[in-house]
Amino acid sequence: MIRKVFNVFITVFKGLKLTLGHFFAATESRKVKAISDPNYFAQNSGITTIQYPHVKLPVPEVGRYQLDVEMDDCIVCDLCAKICPVDCIDIESIKSIEAIGKTSDGTTKRLYAAKFDIDMAKCMYCGLCTVVCPTECIVMTDTYDRSMIDLNEMTYKFSDMTAAEADEKRFALEQLNAERFAAKQLALQQNTGNQI
Amino acid sequence: MVASVLFAFTALFTLFALYSERKISAFIQDRLGPMENGKYGSLQAFADILKMLQKEFIIPTAADKILFILAPIIIFVSVYLGFAALPWAPGLIPASLNLGVFYIFAILSIETLGILMAGWGSNNKYALLGSMRSVAQMVSYEIPAGISLLSVVMIPQSLNLQEITIRQGILSSEAVNFLGIWDVKAIGGILSWNVFQAPHLIIAYIIYFIASLAECNRAPFDIPEAESELIGGFHVEYSGLRFAFIFLAEYSMMFLVGMIGVVLFLGGWNSPLPNIGSVSLAYWTTGIGWGIFWILLKTLSVVAIQIWIRWTLPRFRVDQLMSLCWKVLTPLAFLCMLISGVWRLTMM
Repeated sequence: MIRKVFNVFITVFKGLKLTLGHFFAATESRKVKAISDPNYFAQNSGITTIQYPHVKLPVPEVGRYQLDVEMDDCIVCDLCAKICPVDCIDIESIKSIEAIGKTSDGTTKRLYAAKFDIDMAKCMYCGLCTVVCPTECIVMTDTYDRSMIDLNEMTYKFSDMTAAEADEKRFALEQLNAERFAAKQLALQQNTGNQI
Repeated sequence: MVASVLFAFTALFTLFALYSERKISAFIQDRLGPMENGKYGSLQAFADILKMLQKEFIIPTAADKILFILAPIIIFVSVYLGFAALPWAPGLIPASLNLGVFYIFAILSIETLGILMAGWGSNNKYALLGSMRSVAQMVSYEIPAGISLLSVVMIPQSLNLQEITIRQGILSSEAVNFLGIWDVKAIGGILSWNVFQAPHLIIAYIIYFIASLAECNRAPFDIPEAESELIGGFHVEYSGLRFAFIFLAEYSMMFLVGMIGVVLFLGGWNSPLPNIGSVSLAYWTTGIGWGIFWILLKTLSVVAIQIWIRWTLPRFRVDQLMSLCWKVLTPLAFLCMLISGVWRLTMM
């Protein structure tokens, strides 16, 4: 019985000493180190909190965070939208009448992207879209903090065509199609005329 | 006038204690605590109080309205009234009652009634459980607390808190015997405290400290308001100003029981510095301003120890709590009282 009481006091004392040690070690704040630092795990006393956003942990350059699309290189092949597991990429393409230009690795562009939206709130950062892109125009950047107040602002619009331009291109395409259709009809008539 | 000063003091102390509790607990747990509001988060407590004052007064439909509304008032007022008999400095006491100790002890017991009203009036199983456990705990722990207080008042032979404090320092009219033998009346300082006048009172002080932790429903005895087990215990249905009152009562009670312990055992407003020869530190550091300073310093260290213990020890199970009280503390307290009686008869 007496032994138990002594045990109580001894263990309570040990516990209190431990917490007091932590209390006095709290003058040491956390040294912010990058993950590549060899001493990343070296600090084992002091405060562990990093006061984000006043202080941020450095992110390696190869960090795979938010997506970015280099629109000049995009051939609007729709592969990224098709492979996305959460369907966060939304692409609408318009066929062009003539070749628009070349991407930086030599591929000819023949499609306009009227709409290229990526919903960053849905994106699960799997990186599959970066794997399948043939021109490597969609990449993961090291930006991880883009907080918005309005949820609609989380949908990033990468297309650089205005609605007017898109309409113009569609109209031109329709015209081309109509001309071709008319020419085809004419050719057909002439053919049947010849045969008769 | 005195009442409003005391109320302002309890309110300010609660804000200070709230901030320091959050910071101390944060540092113990290797984190930072409040840092945004004010420099190092110092205005956080004010922000919390402002938020609480703006909340809606919700009364559950099935609650007993009268009990529900009266409970926080009774809890707070009983604790607040306990401050009336505590001495702050030589000559500075709101009411120098000849029954000081008895009065304080009695008025603190009324808080138990308030907690019972809160638990029953909330019409909530968890609140009722919490308040039943709290009543059991508080009533049981009053026994060792009371007996240890009795052991200490046997030495100065007075229930008047101002008298007891005077007899622990240089202003005493009777001889002050360190360990019962050496008259240190002219030296004063730490040697004249009650715990050193009769050394078994150290055990009595430890018993009183533990019992007072249980009286405040403070960890490791916080079964009534076990945040993770009973959600909030007896105050789960309270919000806004009513909760603020219960909260205020809890922190004021921490200070109150700390102060009672300091007054009765650790010398109250007497200076801990002794007169060493011609360097009469005790005379220089005793007075009205000094008295307030010493008693605040001592009580705030006791409160800091209470906070430190809360964040170190795990919670008692309800049967362990009861067994600690009845099987360990009460017999020890009776033993201390016995020794006090024998001491008084033989050594004084």
